[in-house]
Amino acid sequence: MEAVLDATPDRRTGLLAVFSSVVQRDLLLAMRRRADVLTSFFFFIIVVSLFPLGVGPEPNTLREIAPGVVWVAALLASMLALHRLLAADYADGTLEQLVLSPKPLSLLMLGKMLAHWLVTGIPLILIAPLLGLQFDLPGPALAVMALGLLLGTPVLSMLGAIGAALTLGVRGASGLIALLVLPLYIPVLIFGAGAVSAAVSGLSVEGHLSMLAAFLLFSAVIAPWAAAAAVRIAVE
Amino acid sequence: MALNIWRFASPQVIYPIAGRMIPGFMLAAAVLALAGLYIGFFVAPTDFQQGESYRIIFIHVPAAWMSMLIYVVMAFWCAIGMIMRTRLSFMMALALAPTGALMTFIALWTGALWGKPAWGTWWVWDARLTSELILLFLYIGFLSLHAAIDDVRRADRAAGLLALVGVINVPIIYFSVQWWNTLHQGASVSLTRAPSMASTMLAGMLIMVLSAWMYSIAASLMRLRIIILEREADADWVQEQIVPIAQGAKP
Repeated sequence: MEAVLDATPDRRTGLLAVFSSVVQRDLLLAMRRRADVLTSFFFFIIVVSLFPLGVGPEPNTLREIAPGVVWVAALLASMLALHRLLAADYADGTLEQLVLSPKPLSLLMLGKMLAHWLVTGIPLILIAPLLGLQFDLPGPALAVMALGLLLGTPVLSMLGAIGAALTLGVRGASGLIALLVLPLYIPVLIFGAGAVSAAVSGLSVEGHLSMLAAFLLFSAVIAPWAAAAAVRIAVE
Repeated sequence: MALNIWRFASPQVIYPIAGRMIPGFMLAAAVLALAGLYIGFFVAPTDFQQGESYRIIFIHVPAAWMSMLIYVVMAFWCAIGMIMRTRLSFMMALALAPTGALMTFIALWTGALWGKPAWGTWWVWDARLTSELILLFLYIGFLSLHAAIDDVRRADRAAGLLALVGVINVPIIYFSVQWWNTLHQGASVSLTRAPSMASTMLAGMLIMVLSAWMYSIAASLMRLRIIILEREADADWVQEQIVPIAQGAKP
């Protein structure tokens, strides 16, 4: 935090330096509260593991539902961690300081989104192939799943940040955030799960992954700006 | 004398104008609905494939068109409100949202009623049905976010931003759902091959669409007047002009 607020004109106040200091700070905070990080990680694993118990252990069925199950669980797990993204900073006034900073707020928001993704997205990407194995997915499909998650989970973090910023300090924020954010997640779900399904049935996955990459680029342009505007509305 | 359009950004100016416009729009809605329903139910021929059940189209299609149009209009007023900082724009957006949600619900409900005789099922995961359902979620999100924030100015701007994010996403969602649907062919029935339509059917439908426009305008203006009164309750003009009327004095 000090690196952001420090007024001394040294090389620590360049845009990139400020950006990385926001990322570092959020990562540090996450590492100090490791239980929070692990909660959404284990939530993901548990939700995915519930489906064979509910649907039955028939391998053909499991193979068919695996892409959707893993992606829906990823959506929910990413959403579960959204309250961590801004709420604590809003409560202790840090967010206000970020708004007052002379650096573009959208850049700072992008830093927070990146930190959120590093903490919640990366673990999902790493564990998802293992869960896919439990659903009897073939090797190429597992690789496509990991690649799809790599492209798609940052989009979830970025769109989620908008929802998190809009619901700052609002009554029943955790339920409301689901209502706001999940409809926006639908395109990512469709193409993420579609890529894995296509891989399972031996079709080309290029189209799906290209769409995910397009969503990633598009939200990287729009989401930081929208999240910054939402934070300004909440803080002012 | 040049007409100053900015005058109409004032709730005080709009309140009586809206009051005078509502009866006209309501009357137009009623007359058009009667004409449209008469053509729809008595003049238009029976469809040779679907029999009489197709006649729900005269309610279904206008509601579906309005549901999408109102979301765009709502987002437009939100954008104007964010850019120009006009209070009335946000009031208009908030007044439109329940009508839009109602139209979306009617479109879904009549669609289900139509689907049962036409396809033998209440619901298919067709691209249009699915995106209409998502549109309903977007309306509900807008209204719940607005309702959850106590400070009106903040509620307006937060919900406005959500509407703008939503309107950017609507085409993306629509095309995603459409592509998803074509990948999952088989279970669904194609709605896109519309049969050629008799001209009386088309006329009846267009009249009903006009009627839905008139109704939506009238209903939103009525809601707008209530929102204006709610928010301006302490303003001088409400205390001087509206409160005495409400208490029984002659205007």
